[in-house]
Amino acid sequence: MNVDLRILRYDPESPSLTSAAKPAPAAGERAARAAESSGRPSAPPKPHWVTYQVEVDPMDRVLDLLIKVKAEQDGSLSFRRSCGHGICGSDAMLINNRNRLACRIRVDQLGKKISVAPLPGLPVVKDLVVEMSGFFGKYRSVKPYLINDQPEPERERLQSAGDRARYDDTTKCILCAACTTACPSFWARPEYVGPAAIVQAHRFIFDSRDEGAAERLEILADENGVWRCRTIFNCVDACPRGINITRAILEVSGAIVGRRG
Amino acid sequence: MDHPFDAVVVGAGGAGLWAALELAREGVNTAVLTKLYPTRSHTGTAQGGVCAALGNLEEDKPEWHMFDTVKGGDYLVDQDAAEVLANEAIETVIELEHMGLPFNRTADGKIDQRRFGGHTRNFGEAPVRRACFAADRTGHMILQTLYQQCIKHGVKFFDEYQVLDLLFEGGEPASGGRAAGVVAYRVADGQLHTFRGKAVLLATGGFGRMFRITSNAHSLTGDGVALCYRHGIPLQDMEFFQFHPTGIVGIGILLSEAARGEGGTLLNDKGERFMERYAPKLMELAPRDMVSRAMYQEIRAGRGIGGKDYLYLDVRHLGRKVIEEKLPDITDFARIYQGVEPLKEPVPVQPTAHYAMGGIPTNVESEVVWDEKKTVVPGLFAAGECACVSVHGANRLGTNSLVDLLVFGRRAGRQMARYAGTVERPRPMPDATEPVRARLAQIRLRESSGESVAAIRHELADVMMDNVGVYRDARLLAVAKAKVGELKDRYGRISIADCGDVFNTDLLEANELGYLLDLAEVTAASALARTESRGAHSREDYPERNDARWLKHTLAYKGPKGPILKYKPVSITRFEPKPRTY
Repeated sequence: MNVDLRILRYDPESPSLTSAAKPAPAAGERAARAAESSGRPSAPPKPHWVTYQVEVDPMDRVLDLLIKVKAEQDGSLSFRRSCGHGICGSDAMLINNRNRLACRIRVDQLGKKISVAPLPGLPVVKDLVVEMSGFFGKYRSVKPYLINDQPEPERERLQSAGDRARYDDTTKCILCAACTTACPSFWARPEYVGPAAIVQAHRFIFDSRDEGAAERLEILADENGVWRCRTIFNCVDACPRGINITRAILEVSGAIVGRRG
Repeated sequence: MDHPFDAVVVGAGGAGLWAALELAREGVNTAVLTKLYPTRSHTGTAQGGVCAALGNLEEDKPEWHMFDTVKGGDYLVDQDAAEVLANEAIETVIELEHMGLPFNRTADGKIDQRRFGGHTRNFGEAPVRRACFAADRTGHMILQTLYQQCIKHGVKFFDEYQVLDLLFEGGEPASGGRAAGVVAYRVADGQLHTFRGKAVLLATGGFGRMFRITSNAHSLTGDGVALCYRHGIPLQDMEFFQFHPTGIVGIGILLSEAARGEGGTLLNDKGERFMERYAPKLMELAPRDMVSRAMYQEIRAGRGIGGKDYLYLDVRHLGRKVIEEKLPDITDFARIYQGVEPLKEPVPVQPTAHYAMGGIPTNVESEVVWDEKKTVVPGLFAAGECACVSVHGANRLGTNSLVDLLVFGRRAGRQMARYAGTVERPRPMPDATEPVRARLAQIRLRESSGESVAAIRHELADVMMDNVGVYRDARLLAVAKAKVGELKDRYGRISIADCGDVFNTDLLEANELGYLLDLAEVTAASALARTESRGAHSREDYPERNDARWLKHTLAYKGPKGPILKYKPVSITRFEPKPRTY
């Protein structure tokens, strides 16, 4: 079958940058070609939709389509991808107006018209690639590592199956950013630490082996912490790992209240 | 831009991260470079578990783990390395738990363990519970835990910096040069950077992308392995590539061996558990090379499902509780990628290219060794799938990839720290980036009417899958060798569409294809020369193992007209080679 694949393209180097900034003559040549076709040599680059007709199998994933477009129609299309089966978290993007992993959503789940855009709320580097350093900075800000200064036993620390189950859900997070960039509170206030970082904090706060809960809860009680959550549940919809993120956020805010009480 | 460091780690999967952690603990000024973000590394996709003879549920011993590893590798394993692997598996797993890894737990709160292919008690008597696991996302939890610890210890990361060349001081490795750093391409803006270091670790993973059906990530293009080869370091045992029995039909995504470890069965078109005929004792838990061959035999005999080229993996009898608690991710894979409900129907599976046993030759300190006498390249280290130490020999056992990257990643970090304390930092090299600049310019500046990167990549993947797969013979391999040669010629005439500097994946993919072509050429040549069947290398024209002639490691050096093959002995310390039955 054929589908119409609309992709929001953006190239910061085209068409206004010229060979002056770059030694490679071919780059300048391309800019000149682009300028000729657009007729506006110095127009600043803007995101624009481009539609590609793609021959597909209904079981193909959106990632397969992007790879196909890149191989057969336009090699300059840029997107991140790695494992191709929903574990590495590289290819989160806005697909038919929902944040999803391109490698986990099939054509037969989307229909014959598919639109793909970069994750909302983050600066776009090129095409479907967004700047992730701010996102990972927030992740690092919640001390996402086990804190336990007790001397280590010779063998493993013991943990009951029940204690292990307490934080199981939030260990699944792959840091794809689908949740944070689906959150209206994040769009409204980019300083908000966001659902993904809270999920990562939850994974340690509720681990019976960890002793850093107080430090993390203090960070998350900040004005850009958990109180920004308006329980809109977009994060839960967006999570490709099926994590109940809103519940995790509420458990963390509950722990802050409990500590103060 | 020049970055002076004391140690440089290339790759941020399990091996690279653990090495970085050791270096940070020792206070060595270290840069970690990854072409992805660290949490995107392929270690994260490992599912089933990591073996260590903890004996938490039944008696187990490192000696048994060592024996299974040697026998599983069809006796091509270096036994001194296998002994290190089995012994240190225990302390690395315990250390991971101390770092916070959320292992599943037994009723008394210890690390839970499950069965896995080829892992047995008492030298082959019966399957043993040795694989420590966190549901079926053990690799994800290892990657997350090590990254967390690196953050805690302030490790300096350079994300999306792709290494494109290795630097040596005092000549190339074969003429006594020492490692001096790397040249990296910053993906965000296309700028070249040099990172100087006394010690350089390659932890760049595998190269399964040379095959059509593979479990490997798109990023697994053998970067570090190919760069070593281009600098005159030979590649070891490249003819041994593992095909995992249970890939999703057509796309190769892995359904973990844990499914069989928990009791899942393999069925043919007649509903028979066909492994009875091939490995009566271990059945579905025989090593992967044997199970994949058995599946091919069934398919050839017309007993594939509906006469087609796949079989069934059946987990229905395990029940909802076991499937949802212990195998949640792979159940999800079957649903999404195949539209099959494993609780109600068997899952169609076929072998998928999974793991390179071969790679950059190293010793047990993870130092790269460049000749038949195992002469060390000073300052150059390799660990994880890109390295060949060799603990996997001719066929790797399930979970031993994780054990390998933990044990030898940790050893690499410790040895790098020791070494860095004994030498001066290499001096800046003014022309260090020139060869890379020239290589990229060649790809970038060509007329737009050249050969297509995607077409060459597809043809390469097809010929490697069809001719250098589970079964091989002289004719198939000779055809593959010629075809790869033709593709290399065409590669010299490729052109790309993207001439920009910002996130130019067109350029990077074209460069990576060059690595895959080099490694495919070495794989085919090494396989054609080895006229025996051993482990994953199965020659229909030479069906028997031939210890008198072939109990030796292949070393493939880059020559002017293709690979030059030499050989080095196998280290045999405790277990004399015996026929391999299960």
